Amino acid sequence: MINYFPEEVLWHVFSFLTSHPDRNAASLVCKSWYNVERFSRGKVFIGNCYAISPERMISRFPRVRSLTLKGKPHFADFNLIPQDWGGNVYPWIVAMAKGSTNLEELRLKRMVVSDESLELLAKSFPNFKSLVLVSCEGFTTDGLAAIASNCRFLRELDLQENEVEDRRGQWLSCFPDSCTSLSSLNFACLKGEVNVAALERLVARCRNLKSLRLNHAVPPDALQKILAQAPQLVDLGADSFVHDPESETYNKLKNVMQKCSSIRSLSGFLDVNARCLPSIYPICINLTSLNLSYAPGIYSKELVKLIHKCKKLQRLWILDTIGDKGLGVVASTCKELQELRVFPSDLHVVGNVAVTEEGLVAISAGCPNLNSLLYFCQQMTNAALITVAKNCPNFIRFRLCTLNPTIPDAVTMQPLDEGFGAIVQSCKGLKRLSVSGLLTDQVFLYIGMYAEQLEMLSIAFAGDSDKGMLYVLNGCKKLKKLEIRDSPFGNMALLADTGKYETMRSLWMSSCGVTFGGCKTLAEKMPRLNVEIINEGDEMEGRPDDRQKVEKMYLYRTLVGPRKDAPDFVWTL
Amino acid sequence: MAHENELNLKATELRLGLPGTDESEDMVSIAKNNKRASPESVEDSGSKANSAAKSGDHETSSASKAQIVGWPPVRSYRKNNLQSKKAESESGMYVKVSMDGAPYLRKVDLKVYNGYPELLMALENMFKLSIGEYSEREGYEGSEYAPAYEDKDGDLMLVGDVPWDMFMSSCKRLRIMRGSEAKGLGCAV
Repeated sequence: MINYFPEEVLWHVFSFLTSHPDRNAASLVCKSWYNVERFSRGKVFIGNCYAISPERMISRFPRVRSLTLKGKPHFADFNLIPQDWGGNVYPWIVAMAKGSTNLEELRLKRMVVSDESLELLAKSFPNFKSLVLVSCEGFTTDGLAAIASNCRFLRELDLQENEVEDRRGQWLSCFPDSCTSLSSLNFACLKGEVNVAALERLVARCRNLKSLRLNHAVPPDALQKILAQAPQLVDLGADSFVHDPESETYNKLKNVMQKCSSIRSLSGFLDVNARCLPSIYPICINLTSLNLSYAPGIYSKELVKLIHKCKKLQRLWILDTIGDKGLGVVASTCKELQELRVFPSDLHVVGNVAVTEEGLVAISAGCPNLNSLLYFCQQMTNAALITVAKNCPNFIRFRLCTLNPTIPDAVTMQPLDEGFGAIVQSCKGLKRLSVSGLLTDQVFLYIGMYAEQLEMLSIAFAGDSDKGMLYVLNGCKKLKKLEIRDSPFGNMALLADTGKYETMRSLWMSSCGVTFGGCKTLAEKMPRLNVEIINEGDEMEGRPDDRQKVEKMYLYRTLVGPRKDAPDFVWTL
Repeated sequence: MAHENELNLKATELRLGLPGTDESEDMVSIAKNNKRASPESVEDSGSKANSAAKSGDHETSSASKAQIVGWPPVRSYRKNNLQSKKAESESGMYVKVSMDGAPYLRKVDLKVYNGYPELLMALENMFKLSIGEYSEREGYEGSEYAPAYEDKDGDLMLVGDVPWDMFMSSCKRLRIMRGSEAKGLGCAV
């Protein structure tokens, strides 16, 4: 019956399908649905850039307007992956340029982006509107200049935490006077100076500018002038804030802030004198998102005063200098809190007690809507985690990181198995979990048993035996990404259910017990997986012994076989 | 895979085999030795920290913990930004200055000065005294007053011995001592 639906009807119905999983499911129903879906898909999401080739993507989705690509595996963030591993976006841009794709939006995460790529991007797609780069590298401000100069309808240029070489050019001045379409501009991660006058003019003519995040080089008096031109801002990031509360600049800033009644999101404050924070008090009442995780200069007392005013906060990113007491204030003030991230301020961890389980328990008691957590703490207890699980059953993302990776329950000295067990049992919608602390195979038994919706799991220094990993592989049916480091899982666990890996995006194992022989066996059995070994150092002269342990293995499903751009130190088995 | 020594799990506190690695940026990879037959270090400087974990003592906060590659899992971008800003904003700011015999203390912002001469001149102005010339051998020999400071370890040190940057990051408070008392500071205890 459904086969006789005219295509126009299917098309119309599919236009309501926005999520990728929904579209993927629809495309599997039958051939005609597959075809209608593929021609109507405008937004393509590729979680692993090596799972498919650019050419195949374009031929399946010829009408793609928006492409999201992710490159390096997550552990690349923590220096576990050497330079030049891969993840270059250039081939994608070349292919889309050749295929005359009408690309409007490109979102990249953990990819290598060269100036050449940016230049080609800027010149090939006349309707290009939005560039979002997260944790990327490989480009300079020259590439940004190309984007600014050529993308006539640019709406969004969002650079988040990228490593950008600053060429001291005038990239910002390259936005032509005719550019008035910007709605989002974020260059907080750039280190160098920008032409402040050009910036002021740009802001003045872009009446739709909603989101603006400046870097440290924009001085406070320029900030004040810019804000005066853009009272309609919804999201503001300012790294260089005013220092002297007696100054003229401070007064001007205070006055102009009062007019910025649309600001809902605030970030930056890398360089601030805490005594100048009262200038932002007027907007605190409306804030829903506050990121002070790069503001070590704001001491606990000032921070607490500030937070007291932010009653509508839904997202808070903060340093652990806030302390348990400060978290108590958050708990009693921010009743609508959904996402909390507490980052470590002292990475050398010399025993100063920053936050502990107490802060987390307080938050869970005060903020029942909490669904996303990243918490770096000095210590944790099972009792606390059990309480948190009871108070907040809505967690979607739960990432706990004890600064000592194998620390036991601070009170009972037991492993933290029961605590995490309570979390997975209570939070039935949990999609992402990172565990830490002293953990045995038991925690993985719980995870396998209860974490039915889990898609991503991060394990470090945990478990006793292969059983741990097996519990997870057997139990978590929706698992997409599994990353494991320094844990005693070996070939037995790796090879027990090789078909499982085709249902997942990727598996990372480093400093575990898997051997070359095990990885080779897996690679032979599963031709649709790329099993990559990363070799560092000079241990790898010639073929290593099968019994030798593999330091770093990254495997992922792919439709296009071994990648051709793998560097010398990456072996695809 | 054979995983012996399960007992060690209970006392698993990651401990350092090497003392005194606090200030260094070196990251030494520590493999949990009771889980692997051959611990390998990735970015090591020739050290294999292993059996340290076996010690029965638990949960003492060691003065210097070894740094494991990639732990705590914080993005490099964040690490780089936080370190530099923390160094700038935390240390070398306002420190108390006491002068022997004065009724109350003063405060100076070390960041305001570019080096020792400026600081000493400011102190001379502030307390209406003269400090004199510094020499490595004699300290502030011959002057009525000598500037000293308390460093991070709580030790009383003579101002001028270490490079200015190092001084800025380690100085916790300043003390202007009478020249007669300061003589002892010239030599090591």
